[in-house]
Amino acid sequence: MFNIYLDFASTTSVDPQVVKAMAPYWTDIFGNPSNLYEIGRQAFSALEKSRDSIAKNLNCLSEEIIFTSGGTESCNLALQGLARNFPQGHIIISAIEHHAVLNSANYLKRQGFDLTIVKPEKNGIIDPQKIKDAICDKTFLISVMWVNNEIGTIQPIKKISRMLERINQQRIARAQKKIYFHTDACQAGLYIKIDFKKITADLLSLNGSKIYGPKGAGILFVRQKTPLAPLFFGGDQELGLRPGTQPVALYVGLAKAIELVENLREKENKRLAKLQNYLMKKLRQKFPNIILNGDEKKRIAANVNISVPAVEGEALSLMLDEEAVMVATGSACASSDLKPSHVLTALGISDELAHSSIRITMGRSTTKKDLDYFLISLEKVYKKLKQISAITEFL
Amino acid sequence: MKYDIVKNSQGWVYSETVKKHFFHPKNFIRGDSPRWKFNGYGESGSAACGDVMRNWIFVDKRSQKINRFGWKTYGCASAIASTSILSEMLLENGGMKINDALKITPTDILDRLGDLPIKKVHCSVLGDRALKNAIADYFKFSSEKMVGK
Repeated sequence: MFNIYLDFASTTSVDPQVVKAMAPYWTDIFGNPSNLYEIGRQAFSALEKSRDSIAKNLNCLSEEIIFTSGGTESCNLALQGLARNFPQGHIIISAIEHHAVLNSANYLKRQGFDLTIVKPEKNGIIDPQKIKDAICDKTFLISVMWVNNEIGTIQPIKKISRMLERINQQRIARAQKKIYFHTDACQAGLYIKIDFKKITADLLSLNGSKIYGPKGAGILFVRQKTPLAPLFFGGDQELGLRPGTQPVALYVGLAKAIELVENLREKENKRLAKLQNYLMKKLRQKFPNIILNGDEKKRIAANVNISVPAVEGEALSLMLDEEAVMVATGSACASSDLKPSHVLTALGISDELAHSSIRITMGRSTTKKDLDYFLISLEKVYKKLKQISAITEFL
Repeated sequence: MKYDIVKNSQGWVYSETVKKHFFHPKNFIRGDSPRWKFNGYGESGSAACGDVMRNWIFVDKRSQKINRFGWKTYGCASAIASTSILSEMLLENGGMKINDALKITPTDILDRLGDLPIKKVHCSVLGDRALKNAIADYFKFSSEKMVGK
């Protein structure tokens, strides 16, 4: 079937090498890794080899890796799991977090915790100073995503983590409690080298389905001595933090996916940057009034998020779908709560422009030819919707 | 539930009727306003809310029938489709009498559209409101306002 998929930030396909690596663990080595007999031991060995491989690639200890069902669970475990060990306190998150963090934080607020939501600058980047300003004596958790899923902006995680390190040293000297730092790196893994020794985050979430790995597999990195409690109870798998029989095949696949990412990252980043430049140049030529959402430079090479004034994003994406082109939109009409994207509105973009936004995210299989086809399709459907539109111009 | 999300084999969220009117909308106006004579104009919605509809009618004074109807809509697929289907309802059988047109409810538009995802229902409300505004405009200014070519 012919189609142009430009929604890789939503999810990626599973790399064939990942599928191959997972294959033996569905029917042959299907054992429960907690069992002592042979296929149990084999499954256990595969699980721990996967953990070791990931730990090596991300420069952390194997014990610091907790396997989960994906990014959402990792973020929930990070925020709520930590908060369970604090009777009360203050949490800081950014306004452009994924709903997994945003709604976990809002839930904790309803449970009696204080919450500060720090707005980004107009370019979609969080100013570390504003995080610093929000810190108070009661603060015990800060969560800022590494790369935003909608606009692809790269957050100054290293700066924030260094800043927190200094603050924590002062706090410990004053016999105050440490502030823990979580970063949702689900959208960062493909493009940014994650070195758990270099960033001093205590908690970090990763998701298999965004990195050509299997859906249903994720990781929460938990730095040693981070007081985390499980969200649900059962056996002692994953240090008791995430009970339940591990789906070994998924985690074998996840380890393979991470290995491939490490090998391909540099080359892919260069290739995608060229495509991104080309796409932006052509978009600006063909649609002089489009607006790029998020910083032009401080963004991952795969992401282009634009507002196309006077046409609505859901209509645009459905008409593109008819042309076999798949993109995402931040329009309210495409969301379940009928509200425009909280990320775009946090940037100070008008609701009108948020309704008119589409997100193009490229991936390993994207070619220049794909982009040319996309541009032709966009021109065609834009012309059609513009003709129908009741808005001739707005900004 | 009658208007819940359509589950068809293609997995499209809208009914075939919605799809047809979205991809091939009827009676919309190219350009800023109709090239034909109109005696009523109305609008509803706001860009901030994601849907704006403008419509123009020409009411034949003697028969009190809507002879011409044209529209422009900024909005999602169901907003476009519901306005298009409203135009079809108004113009078939030689035009609807304005007394009947005033009685059009969102439910009438929905019935005609077939199923619509429940969260999208507000979009069709837009059409009947904009139409009522156009008819009110016709009543108010019918004597002096005869514009267009």
